[in-house]
Amino acid sequence: MSESNCILDTRALTMDFGGLRAVDAMNLKVCEGEIVALIGPNGAGKTTFFNCVTGMLKPSLGTIVITMPDGQEKEIQGKRPNVVTNYGLARTFQNIRLFQNLTVLENVMIGRHTRMKAGILGAVLRNKATKEEEERVIYESYEYLKKLHLEQHVNELAKNLPYGAQRRLEIARAMATEPFLLLLDEPAAGMNPQETRELDNLIVKIRDTEKITILLIEHDMNLVMSLSERIYVMDYGKLIAQGTPEEIKHHPEVIKAYLGEEVDA
Amino acid sequence: MSNVSTEIKPTSFLSFKELKKSLFTAVWFMILTLPIMVIKVNTIENTVEWHWNRMVFVGLLIFFGSWGWRYLLARREMGPRPRKAESERKRFNLTAILMERKQVRTPTIIILAVMVIVFPFISSMYQTNIMITALNYIILGLGLNIVIGLGGMLHLGYIAFYAVGAYSYALLNYHFGVSFWLALPIGAGLSAIFGILLAIPVLRLRGDYLAIVTLGFGEIVRIILENWNDFSFGPSGIANIPRPGLFGIDFSLPQVTTFIYFIMIGLVVFTIFLMIRLENSRLGRAWVAMREDEVASRAMGIDIRKNKLTAFSLGAVWAGMAGVVFASKTTFINPASFTIWESVMVLSIVVLGGMGSIIGIIIAALIMILLPEYLRAFSEFRMLLFGFLLVAMMVFRPGGLVPAKRKVYTFPQEEAGNE
Repeated sequence: MSESNCILDTRALTMDFGGLRAVDAMNLKVCEGEIVALIGPNGAGKTTFFNCVTGMLKPSLGTIVITMPDGQEKEIQGKRPNVVTNYGLARTFQNIRLFQNLTVLENVMIGRHTRMKAGILGAVLRNKATKEEEERVIYESYEYLKKLHLEQHVNELAKNLPYGAQRRLEIARAMATEPFLLLLDEPAAGMNPQETRELDNLIVKIRDTEKITILLIEHDMNLVMSLSERIYVMDYGKLIAQGTPEEIKHHPEVIKAYLGEEVDA
Repeated sequence: MSNVSTEIKPTSFLSFKELKKSLFTAVWFMILTLPIMVIKVNTIENTVEWHWNRMVFVGLLIFFGSWGWRYLLARREMGPRPRKAESERKRFNLTAILMERKQVRTPTIIILAVMVIVFPFISSMYQTNIMITALNYIILGLGLNIVIGLGGMLHLGYIAFYAVGAYSYALLNYHFGVSFWLALPIGAGLSAIFGILLAIPVLRLRGDYLAIVTLGFGEIVRIILENWNDFSFGPSGIANIPRPGLFGIDFSLPQVTTFIYFIMIGLVVFTIFLMIRLENSRLGRAWVAMREDEVASRAMGIDIRKNKLTAFSLGAVWAGMAGVVFASKTTFINPASFTIWESVMVLSIVVLGGMGSIIGIIIAALIMILLPEYLRAFSEFRMLLFGFLLVAMMVFRPGGLVPAKRKVYTFPQEEAGNE
């Protein structure tokens, strides 16, 4: 956890909604090649934190610094989501947000959008470069589907997929933007134990073979404990603990946040 | 009807139960309409007349009407037919056959092209004129399809761009003698600029709010044209707009009508060609993504602002071109041609045809424009039939006449792995 390969660094990130402080001076670091989990009770501000990092919300205070794979450092707080995605941060959503009436392949092809160039003229003239790009994108998108075992669904509409496959498609779509950091918002929500186990393997595989660093929000403690190398715990917008899964399990603050305080008689 | 899985055959609808239901509905309507249909007070002779025969008509109409309505609804309830019938269904899917099989497609296109070319020479000028109007609405429908069908933004002021196109030709010609052919790109360009002007304030709006703003925009343009006399000559409009010429050849009126017809055919073909290309391009996919989920498409790296600007301006281009042709065809324009009703008309064409479906919109435009013309014989019931058609369409085919289909991609590995 050396300073040099830290790729996401939020410093005193704060988000206010009127008088409500949803995220309060969050300091969070993610290093290259890690799997980091962000946990906390419902309403702790985890998703708001994600929204700030990915540009969906403009944080009230604080800075977010990313280090791109080429070593360039960038402050991204308040940047629009498409810009953030372009830098190489991709995310999935807590409540699945697929393009329902598009096919599975097209969903992933849209993920390739930022890595494509064709504009209006390209679309209208359909010159050689555009045609080649289009063919390449179809091929690449199919490869992403294969990695997530979705190739048998290629031409199905996204809304007709089984639930687990929809979750995987969201990950495939996010991966298609070629991120160096993937933010997963409750990827295992609504999955059965077997699907969760498969997801566990899949996330490790993405990290190992694709070299994508992963930051995830999750409520399934088994998954969090087996998967993540470091855990951050939030409650009421504040960071209350951080450390390895072992440390977190026995951290008094965490136990208090989840189970409540013991009352001395 | 509650049991969806059971096969509903036409014969089961002849059962006593179903007939009893219809009979009951018919009797109920006969009682309901009794005071307005049957009893008539003759004010001259101060007597009450009883038109019992009308009651019989109402009864019969409602009886068969309700029976048919419930039959169709029940068929809809069944939903898509079971898997076994899939291959069967494909055989009867005309559009699929026409578009997918090469040996069928080429002759179909040739026959269609011949019909289109021969049409103005075998029909009267009146009919050619109607056809020009219909073609004009095809272009408008396809243009609006970019904004509504692909971009998913409810745009109720589309006709304003049509007005911009028409007025730019009329005014440029009046003041500077600009010819039709020069005005066509200028009108399209000006419309595109207006499209951007409208898009800037509505960038952050969605759904109902967007609809209201665009509605207001359409009305603003019309009201300006109506009241700014020095600029647009107000409600009296601009007359004597020249028809399109060709290297200074003098056309007679029927000849120039035929000429405009072919210009329109050219424009329609050009539009369809571009639409097909746009639809499956990076840009087209970005529009559809925005329609499906704006938040997710932003997260996927799509620049929503740019996306909306291109959708509005590109959509306006076609309205501008159609407007120029409209001005040259009628030779007279005034603000009364660009009312909200026209916007609604184009909107209904897009919705009726199927959002995002090119073939659907073409068919819908032809139906919407040609049907009222040929229904002139029943002129009193024209709008009634028209309204009924729209309601029935939305109940039985909510996806439109020809619902849009997503492109299917094939991969060699997939077929090998699956079979």
